[in-house]
Amino acid sequence: MNTPISEDDLHAWADGQLDPARLMQVETWLAAHPERRAQAEEWRAQSARLHRTYDRVLDEAVPARLIPAANAAPYWLNALDARKLAAVAWLGLGAITGFFLRGETAPAPGPGMAAASLPRQAAIAHAVFVPEVRHPVEVGADQEAHLVAWLSKRLGAPLQPPQLEEVGYRLVGGRLLPGDSGEVAQFMYEDAEHKRLTLYVRPAAPKAADTSFRYARENGIDVFYWTDSRFGYALSGNTGREDMLRLATLVYRQHGK
Amino acid sequence: MNSRDAIVAEIPRLRRYARALTGRVDAADDLVQETLQRALEKWRLWQRSRDLRPWLFSIMHNLHVDGRRRDSRIDFCADEDLPVPVQRASQHDALELRDLERALALLPPDQREVLLLVGLEELSYAEVARALNIPQGTVMSRLSRARLRLKAILAGETAPILKVVST
Repeated sequence: MNTPISEDDLHAWADGQLDPARLMQVETWLAAHPERRAQAEEWRAQSARLHRTYDRVLDEAVPARLIPAANAAPYWLNALDARKLAAVAWLGLGAITGFFLRGETAPAPGPGMAAASLPRQAAIAHAVFVPEVRHPVEVGADQEAHLVAWLSKRLGAPLQPPQLEEVGYRLVGGRLLPGDSGEVAQFMYEDAEHKRLTLYVRPAAPKAADTSFRYARENGIDVFYWTDSRFGYALSGNTGREDMLRLATLVYRQHGK
Repeated sequence: MNSRDAIVAEIPRLRRYARALTGRVDAADDLVQETLQRALEKWRLWQRSRDLRPWLFSIMHNLHVDGRRRDSRIDFCADEDLPVPVQRASQHDALELRDLERALALLPPDQREVLLLVGLEELSYAEVARALNIPQGTVMSRLSRARLRLKAILAGETAPILKVVST
């Protein structure tokens, strides 16, 4: 149980690659070893700096010479990034886009690809809907039974929003979004100070073996994400990493039952 | 599933990694292009149990290693008209590159790869081990050395060690 903390654990902490149980142990140990914590924070800062320097490449137009000719037709669909898809959904065209994405031109992502893009897509959806004052959700928490039935039906498996009242967050409601391989659900929570969290849930890719609990920072949004046999989950928020870890652990435990 | 489309969707990630790895726009896109060609030739062999992204990074890794071997021969020719080799270019242009790019170029290539695959591409340690075909313990030791060294370089604590890769 209490395996000594090794340097590998500290790297895994910096890289968000610890499972929740070990994460708790390492966090506790780091609290008592501020100099090692500073070192691990430094590693994390290096990674953040890599992202600041190179993430712009992701937004560059891909040179035509790199696009294989066989993909000329469907490529435009791939080129639509999730931000645009979310914006389209926001304009009320989500159903059409979702239909389109299920069409034969839509590429089904490979299992690894699906897992890796989860935090980014979740953070984008978070950034799009959290500022919404009038329409943050499609179906409000006052119709929770309907919300649960609807999203469970669309995602193809029973899906229950986690209960976060005990930590001060109430369910605002939820919405359906188009993801890159079909329907995605987003639940929104809010605390007394109107700070908002979103939980992004999408059906797990078949063979999604990686169940580890991971952390990513996407455009200033903290995202904790993990996968179980049915769904991939990503909890996004701006309340600080420590707070997000606590909340994500709570969500993880409720869904892990 | 259409593997070609899935591969195409990975292009932005491959370009980001190649840019950080080589430090040059053209050399990076050449590497991406080669990787895509190789991947499309081989995609029928791609085992579904393996994740696509680590597989693509492993192809890129092998091409990059081959390229370094080629480049080191070019170094011995010392012919300015030859295509600019990746390693040599990184060193030559070091002063013009921003701090981080310069620091990355000063890392030994095997440490740089691990640092970028973990820190930038956020692959799991197991995925990095598979992509580079090395044990996970080696991933961890390279990661540790890379982070230590990057910190030292950025802090200006060490004189740059310009390693010429030889065959």
